[in-house]
Amino acid sequence: MKIYNEIIIAGLGGQGVLLAGTILAQSALEQNLKTTWFPSYGAEMRGGTANSTVIISDEEIGSPIAFAPSGLIALNTLSLNKFLPRMSENSVIIANSSMINADEFKSDKRIKFIPISEIADKEIGNIKAANMVAVGALIKLTNVPDLENVTKAVKTAFSKKPALIDLNIKAVNAGYNYK
Amino acid sequence: MAKKLVKGNIALCEGALAAGLDAYFGYPITPQNEVPAYMSNKMVSLGKAFVQAESELAAANMVLGACATGKRAMTSSSSPGISLKQEALSYMAGMEIPGVIVNVQRGGPGLGNIAGSQADYFQAVKGGGHGDYHLIVFAPNCAQEMYEITYESFDIAEKYRNPVMLLCDGIVGQMMEPVDFNKEQKTSFAKKEWCLDGCKGREPRSIKSLLMADGVLEQHNLDLQKKYELIRKNEARAELYQVEDAEIIIVSYGISSRISKNAIKAARANGIKAGMIRPVTLWPFPTEAIKKYAKPAVKFLSVELCLGQMVEDVRLAVNGVSSVDFLGRAGGGIVSDKDVLNKIMELKK
Repeated sequence: MKIYNEIIIAGLGGQGVLLAGTILAQSALEQNLKTTWFPSYGAEMRGGTANSTVIISDEEIGSPIAFAPSGLIALNTLSLNKFLPRMSENSVIIANSSMINADEFKSDKRIKFIPISEIADKEIGNIKAANMVAVGALIKLTNVPDLENVTKAVKTAFSKKPALIDLNIKAVNAGYNYK
Repeated sequence: MAKKLVKGNIALCEGALAAGLDAYFGYPITPQNEVPAYMSNKMVSLGKAFVQAESELAAANMVLGACATGKRAMTSSSSPGISLKQEALSYMAGMEIPGVIVNVQRGGPGLGNIAGSQADYFQAVKGGGHGDYHLIVFAPNCAQEMYEITYESFDIAEKYRNPVMLLCDGIVGQMMEPVDFNKEQKTSFAKKEWCLDGCKGREPRSIKSLLMADGVLEQHNLDLQKKYELIRKNEARAELYQVEDAEIIIVSYGISSRISKNAIKAARANGIKAGMIRPVTLWPFPTEAIKKYAKPAVKFLSVELCLGQMVEDVRLAVNGVSSVDFLGRAGGGIVSDKDVLNKIMELKK
């Protein structure tokens, strides 16, 4: 097994963490990889925390639940605090510095801070695209799935709302190209 | 056709639709709400029957009624709702009515919680309702099986004139996976010589479970048992995974079988010969498959998301030849692959 990524995307309910997960899973599918997506469900609500777990592999996937996540996108402080203890030494961690005080987590060298909400708001012109900025930033570091297939996945996922395709692809690229 | 990324609950709906479902009767409860929501749209647009019933009990009895007329009908719910449907299930078993009932299990007992669980094994397999009856119980463990097994379950229900239960769990229901929707839409069905579809030009029929005349009910029960024996012989199904040389064999179904598979791979990487027998049918239980691998040098381990239900059937199948251990968590707690691996290591000592 060459590829095995367990990724958790966590944030406030309404920040699009479930959709970000489905985009990652769809991208994996576009890339002919195996994938599972599992949401937090039911008890979560707008303003509470929500998360989705995506597993991507080149082999059959056992559990859809990430017991040892290799990647985390945390869009708010609560989510970062909740999942940080589960991450391992080599985990890729992306945190939204627009909503998280980076100074509080300064000692943790694994965390890459990116002003995700700000990029979505100012560069893309729609704060709701923060989830796609985050996806772009993640795949830059994980390399799997690749940008081409994420772009395809956005087109598939928004096929019923074509007006939103360009905006979301732009957001993915903004995250991907963030230095 | 290209695979589509869908939730297990949606795959299940597509399986039922491809099987030629005529009527869906539901009532909301997490974690199966995708099913009535999706069906409310699909069934109506296909010109078929969709009813959000006034209660779970009503929904299950609507399935009984619809299937009595020879139609294909289904209801779905989660654990507390399935308890409410038990009256209809017993009646359907008694009346030999072939409906499909889906249980996307959550934590119990009582109203419990909404997390995935496997605590309804006893209810599904050992009765649930009153009387000497069996449901045919399938346990899909991935979205593809949610689709394929649901598709197949209507044929099997009708073949034996017996209700079928799909015993799923909140995790398999809620997770998304790529599904290959590879089944052909069913449009022709075997003629049912028993159903109540209007008696113009033929003798009237009746289907009932109240059999008061002397000895009639006993004979009916004996006939049912004959049918159950046939189902035991024909329909028990299991997936075998690396069992041939296994010293430790996990028995696990649904979501916990997937977690266990991770652990088995890790155990094998550590030089421990572990394998798995995954029951695909819980009733009939794949007793023969387990029996075949029961040897004094082999240790069995039942892994379930409850505190030990299926393990009883594993013990019966093994019949003292091998040791049988148990690992599980209750109330929506999830056994991790590490937990399973640790238990395997412990058994290896």
